[in-house]
Amino acid sequence: MGKDEDSKFLIITGNQALALGAKLCRVQVISAYPITPQSPVTETLSHYVESGQLKAEYVNVESEHSALSVCIGASTAGARAFTATSANGLAYMCEVIHWAAGARLPIVMGCVNRAMAAPWNVLNDQQDSMSQRDAGWIQIFCRNNQEVLDTAIQAFKIAETVYAPVMVCYDGYLLSHTVMPVEAPTQEQVDAFLPPYRPHTILDPENPKNINQVTLANPRLDERGVMCHGYMELRFLLEEALESARDTIVAVGKEYEEAFGRSCGGMLWEYRAEDAEVILVAAGSLASEASMAVDALRETGIAAGVVGVRVYRPFPKEELREALRDARLVLVFDKSLSYGNEGPICTDLKAALYGSESMPPVQGHIAGLGGRDIKAREIEAATRKALQNLEAGITTKPTEWLNCHI
Amino acid sequence: MSIAAKEAGARQESDVVLRYLRPHVKFPNMWCPGCGNGVVATSLIRAIDKLGLDRDNVVLVSGIGCSSRMPVYLDFQALHTTHGRALAFATGVKFSRPDLKVIVITGDGDSLSIGGNHLIHACRRNIDITTILINNYIYGMTGGQISPTTPPGAHATTTPYGSAEKPFEACDLAKGAGATFIARTTVYHTTQMDRLMMEAIQHKGFSLVEVISNCHTYYGRLNRLGQATALLRMFQEKASVQDKGTNMVDDRTKDMIPTGIIHRDSEKTELCDEYQKLIDSLAKGKPA
Repeated sequence: MGKDEDSKFLIITGNQALALGAKLCRVQVISAYPITPQSPVTETLSHYVESGQLKAEYVNVESEHSALSVCIGASTAGARAFTATSANGLAYMCEVIHWAAGARLPIVMGCVNRAMAAPWNVLNDQQDSMSQRDAGWIQIFCRNNQEVLDTAIQAFKIAETVYAPVMVCYDGYLLSHTVMPVEAPTQEQVDAFLPPYRPHTILDPENPKNINQVTLANPRLDERGVMCHGYMELRFLLEEALESARDTIVAVGKEYEEAFGRSCGGMLWEYRAEDAEVILVAAGSLASEASMAVDALRETGIAAGVVGVRVYRPFPKEELREALRDARLVLVFDKSLSYGNEGPICTDLKAALYGSESMPPVQGHIAGLGGRDIKAREIEAATRKALQNLEAGITTKPTEWLNCHI
Repeated sequence: MSIAAKEAGARQESDVVLRYLRPHVKFPNMWCPGCGNGVVATSLIRAIDKLGLDRDNVVLVSGIGCSSRMPVYLDFQALHTTHGRALAFATGVKFSRPDLKVIVITGDGDSLSIGGNHLIHACRRNIDITTILINNYIYGMTGGQISPTTPPGAHATTTPYGSAEKPFEACDLAKGAGATFIARTTVYHTTQMDRLMMEAIQHKGFSLVEVISNCHTYYGRLNRLGQATALLRMFQEKASVQDKGTNMVDDRTKDMIPTGIIHRDSEKTELCDEYQKLIDSLAKGKPA
C-alpha cells in the first residue's frame, strides 16, 4: 500500500472532483460548452488554466458538437483531451461520439447524468449516457465524489491502453453539486501512475497521413499496394478493444489500489453480496442507496446484498454471472428506459444470465426518472414485494415503476 | 398632463400587461430581481396589444437560457424547444401555418453560438418570423460563461482573466445573412423598444430586434459594473438613439451603442409567399 502522507483531504463537489482529476492527469486540451449540471467542471478547469495551475489549452466553443470535435482534433494531433457535458449536450454530440470511438481516440469525457428533454428537466437520471451505450465508448459509473476523482485518473490510463474513449458518468446534483470529503493524490503520485499520452496515429506535417478516409465494404489495396482493412474489419477491432478493456479496467483498478490505497471495484462492486439470496443491481449513486436498503433488510433476516454495475460498457457479463450464481432473486433498478422494452441494465443482465447454470428470476424496476427521489425504504419495500411474489410462485412480472403516481 | 392623469395612464398600462401574463400558474418567475428580461416581456406585450393581435394567433417559440423562459410567463401560444434551435422549430410552425404570428425569443448564447447556423439561414430565407434577441453578453442560466457577444477583455466564469475572443455583432450578422428588418435597442429605452417591436412584428419578412440587456448577477458582478440600475445608466449613456431611418451612423468605434432601425428592405420577397406561388403555379400545371 503506497498511501502517501502528502495526499490531502478536500471537501468538494463531484464536479470539482472531476476537474481536479483532469488537472492531475495534465490534460492538454479542454473544450466544453455550458450545460447544467456540468458547467462547474469546466469553470473550475478554466480557472486552473488561466491561473497557470494547469498548462493546457482551454477552448470555448459554440456547441457541444464543437466541444467534442475540438477534442477529436486535439487527440488526433497528439494531445490528451478532455470534455464534459450532460443530457441534451451529450445528445447533440452524438455524431462525434461515434466518431471519437471509430477513430480510436482515447478522449475522456465527464457525463454528469441528467434527464433527457422533452419536457425539459435538469435533474438526474441516466437516460443520457445509456442512450449512447452503443457508440463504442467505455462507460464507467461512479458512486461518490471520491470515485469521480479516482475514476477520472484511471479513465485516461484505460483509454490510452486500449485506444477507446471513456465516459466517466456520475449523477447530476446528487454527486455533481453535493460536497463530500475527497482524498486528493499528489501530482507526483499521479505522474508516476499515468505516463504521457502516446497517440497511435498522429497528424504531423513531416509525415502526412490521410486519416479516417472513406472505407468501402471490402478490404482494398492502398496506393502503395498494401492491403488495408475495410469498414467491417475496423469495427471488429473496435469491438475487440472494448472486450479487452475488461482486463485493462480490472488491472488499472488494482494498480490504482496499490498506488493510492483505494479501490472503486473492478467491473462491479459488491456490498454484503457474498452470502446474499436476494441481490439488488443498479449503477451510480442509486446503488449506494440500495446498500442502505440491504442493511435494513438484513436486520429483518433477509439475506440481501448489492451488486453495483461500475462499468456498463463493456458489459460485465461473466462477472455478473459469477456474482449472481447463488442468488434466489435479482432486482434491477434502472434510472433509464429503453422505451417499448425495459431498463437497459435489466435487459443486458438477463442476456448475460441466459444459458448460465442458475438462472435466478429477475425483477426490473424503473426508478428516479427526472430527479424523482428514491429512498432506501422504497427500495426495501420493492424488495419485500418481489420476495412475496416469489413466495407466491410468480417469477415473471412486468417492469415495476417505483414511486410513480399514475 | 397632470400627475393624476399620468398615474391613471400607468395603471392602465400595467393592467394591459397583467392581462397577458400567467400570474397564477407560472409565477414567481426565475429571473433575478432587476433583470432586463421582464422589461422586454412587458414591451412585447404592449406592442402586441397595440397592434390588436389575437393572442391565440401569436406563437412564442424559444430555446434555452434565461430569456427563453419568457414564453412560460406570457399567455400566448408557446413552444419550448431545444437549445439554439427555436428558429428551426419556428420555421416549421410558420411554414405549416403562415397565418400565425410567430415570434422567437432568444438570447446571445442561444441564437449566436449553438443556434448561429439556424439564425443565418432564417435570415437568408427571409421567412416572416420576428426574433427578439436579448443580448446580455453572457450565459446567465448556466452561471456566467463567455458568450459569442462577450466583449474582448470582459470577465466570465470561463474567462476568469478576461476574454481573448472577438465578439459577434448580431445585427451585422443578420444583415449580411439577408434579414430584411433589423433594429437595436436597450432595456433602458422602453418607448423606442415598444415602437421597434411593433414595426418588427408588422414587417413582412425576417425581422430581428436586438435588445441590449443587463445581467448584473453575472456580467455586472464579474466585471464590477454594479447593480441593475448602474447597468441601465450605462445603456442610457452609451446608446446613441438614432431611429431616423435606415442610414444609421455606426459609432461603435466610440464605444457607443447605436440604437434604432439599422436596416429595412421591403422589396425582398418572403419565403412562405414565394413557396405558395410555386405551389399555385405547379397546381395549374405551369412551371414557376
